[in-house]
Amino acid sequence: MTDTAKWVFVAEFDSPGALSRAAEKVRLQGYTRVDAHTPFPVHGLDRTLRQPPSPLGWIVAGCGLAGILLAQSMMWWMNAADYPMHVSGKPPYAWQATIPVTFECMVLLAGVGAVFGMFGLNRLPRLHHPIFRHSTVHRASDDRFFLSIEATDPRFDSDQTARFLESLGGKHVELLED
Amino acid sequence: MTAIPVVDEPENPLRRPALVEGKNDFASVTDVVAGVAERRTPKGWYLLFGISIALLLNLLAMIGYLVWNGIGVWGNNVPVGWAWPIVNFVFWIGIGHAGTLISAILFLFRQKWRTSINRAAEAMTIFAVMAAGIFPAIHVGRIWVIYWVFPLPNQMQLWPNFKSPLLWDVFAVSTYFVISSLFWFVGMVPDLATFRDRAMKAGRTLAARLYGVFALGWHGSNRHWVHYEKAYLILAALSTPLVLSVHSIVSFDFAVSLLPGWHTTIFPPYFVAGAIFSGFGMVLTLMIPARRWFGLQELITLNHLDNVAKILLLTGTMVGYAYAMEFFIAWYSGVEYEQFAFLNRAFGPYAWAYWIMVTCNVISPQFFWFRKLRRNPAVLFVLSIFVNIGMWFERFVITVTSLHRDFLPSSWGMFSPTLIDVLTYVGSFGLFFTFFLLFCRFLPILAISEIKAVMPQADPHHDHPRTSPGHAGRAHAHH
Repeated sequence: MTDTAKWVFVAEFDSPGALSRAAEKVRLQGYTRVDAHTPFPVHGLDRTLRQPPSPLGWIVAGCGLAGILLAQSMMWWMNAADYPMHVSGKPPYAWQATIPVTFECMVLLAGVGAVFGMFGLNRLPRLHHPIFRHSTVHRASDDRFFLSIEATDPRFDSDQTARFLESLGGKHVELLED
Repeated sequence: MTAIPVVDEPENPLRRPALVEGKNDFASVTDVVAGVAERRTPKGWYLLFGISIALLLNLLAMIGYLVWNGIGVWGNNVPVGWAWPIVNFVFWIGIGHAGTLISAILFLFRQKWRTSINRAAEAMTIFAVMAAGIFPAIHVGRIWVIYWVFPLPNQMQLWPNFKSPLLWDVFAVSTYFVISSLFWFVGMVPDLATFRDRAMKAGRTLAARLYGVFALGWHGSNRHWVHYEKAYLILAALSTPLVLSVHSIVSFDFAVSLLPGWHTTIFPPYFVAGAIFSGFGMVLTLMIPARRWFGLQELITLNHLDNVAKILLLTGTMVGYAYAMEFFIAWYSGVEYEQFAFLNRAFGPYAWAYWIMVTCNVISPQFFWFRKLRRNPAVLFVLSIFVNIGMWFERFVITVTSLHRDFLPSSWGMFSPTLIDVLTYVGSFGLFFTFFLLFCRFLPILAISEIKAVMPQADPHHDHPRTSPGHAGRAHAHH
C-alpha cells in the first residue's frame, strides 16, 4: 500500500502524454509499486500501471440487495404482520404496492454504498500523505502530472531510481519521507 | 499533423465544436473557475444575496405564522383542498430533475458537453429539492408529528400505510435528496482539493483548512481515480432510474386517485418530460447571467446553450403532445366526467391559466427551431422565464381545475390564494437563491477536473500522435 510506504520517489511531468510514456518505461524496468497523481483520470494509465479493476460493483450490488430485502421485510412486517392494515381494497401485503418503496430503498442503500465504499477502498478521508511533502505537488490538482515509486518496490534504489526518473524527463525528482 | 485530413468547417458532421473555446490550457481552466471564488466579492452579489436573505426570512416568518395558526391561513378549502402548496412542491421538484438529467443521463450517453454545466445544475437540484420538501412538510398541519410519515414507532402503535402514493413520495423524495447530494459531493471532491491546494499556496490558511476538510485528503492518486470513476459511473447508473421514478411517483399522487383529470396513465411520462423541461428552463435562467458575470463564456459556450435549447424544444413539444393526448383520451374513453373536466379546463373559469400554460410551454419553445435564436443568450433568457412561468401554471391547472368542479355540481367552488400563500411561495425563491448564491461564491461552480478531462490536451496521445497509431483515429485527427 502507498499508505504504509515509508519512502517514496516523486517526479513531475508536463503533460498526460509525458506521464504515460514515463509510466510505460518505469513498468518495463520492472517497477511494480508505482502510482500516478493527476488532476483528472488519464486515459490508459490503469492498464500501464497494471491497476486491478475496482471491486466497487460487488459492494454496491450487496448494498442494493440489502435495500430490497430490508424494504420488503419492513413493509410485510409493518402492514401485514405487526398491525394488519386493510385499506384500498387490497390485501394487507400487496406486492404491487411495495414496488416503489422497494426500488427507492434499493437505490438509497446502493448509492450510499457506492460513495462510502469508494471512500473506504481509497482509505479516505485521511489527514496526511507523504506526497503532500513534495515541493510542487499542489500542481497535481492543477496542470501537472506526477509519478511516484515507493520504497517497498523490490527494484527501489535511492540513487538509481532517482537518476532513472530524471532520465525519463521527470522534473523535481524528490525523495519523500512519511 | 496526422494522416487523415479533416476539413475545418462547421458543416463537417465529423467535427464536433470544441467544448472549451479560446486559448485555454489546464492551468487557465483552473484559474477561471477558482477565480470566481477567490476574487473579491462583486457588489452585485451582496445586493442579490441581501434580497434572497430577506425573502428567506420572510419564508421563515410565513412558516411560523402557519404553524401557529394552522393551515386555515392558506386559501385551501373545500372543494380545492390541494392548492398552492402541492403546486409549489411539484414545481420545485421538477426543476431539480434537469440537474440529475445533466449529471447522470447525459453522462451515461457520453454527452461530454455536460461537463461545464453539470456542477451548477446539480447544485440547483439540491436547493430545488430543499425548497420542494418544505411544502408537503408544512402542509401536514401538525408539523410536530411529521415523523409519523416515517416508519418509526409512535404513540398510535400504528405503522404508515405503504399502499399510499403519498408515502411512496416520502421515500422517493428523501432518497432523491440524499443521492443527489452525495453525487454532487463526490463530483466536487477533486475540485475541492484544487481549491485547498490553491488556498495553501496563497497562504490563506483558514480557507485551506476548510476546503481541506471536505477534500478528504484527495491527492489525485491513480489508484483512487480507478475507484472514483467506478463510483461515479455507478451513481450515474443509479440516479438515472431514480430521477425517472421520483417524478413518476409524484405523478402517482394524482394518478392513483379517482378524480377526472388526474386519473390517467399518461401522467408518469408526462410529468417526467415536464420536469426536465422546467429544469432546463431554470438552468438557462441561472447560467446565462452567471456565465456573463463570472466571465465563463469560454467554458459555457454558445454551443452549450444551443444544446440546452434543443432539449427545451424536444421536451416542450413532448409536453404539448401530452396536453393533446389528454383531450384525445377524454373524448375516446367516452367518460362524460373526463370530457367535462377537460372542456372545463380549456374553456371554464380557469381557461386563462390553461392558455397561459399552453402559450409558455408549447408555443414559446417552438422558437428554438431557429439556430439564430438558440444562440442568442438574451432570447434564451427571456424564453427560459416563460418556461418557468408556464410550468408553474401547468401544476396549477392540473391541481385546481380538476378539483374545483368534481362530480357534484352542488359542491363546485372557486379557489383564491391568500397573501400568506403568495408570500410563502415567493419566500421559497429566497431559500433557493440564498443557497445558490452561497454556492456560486464559495464552491467550484464548474467541474474543473471533468472539463480538463474532455479537453484535447487530456489525451495521452495528444502531443505524440505517432507513438500509438491504433489510437490516432478520427477523434484526434483535427488537432
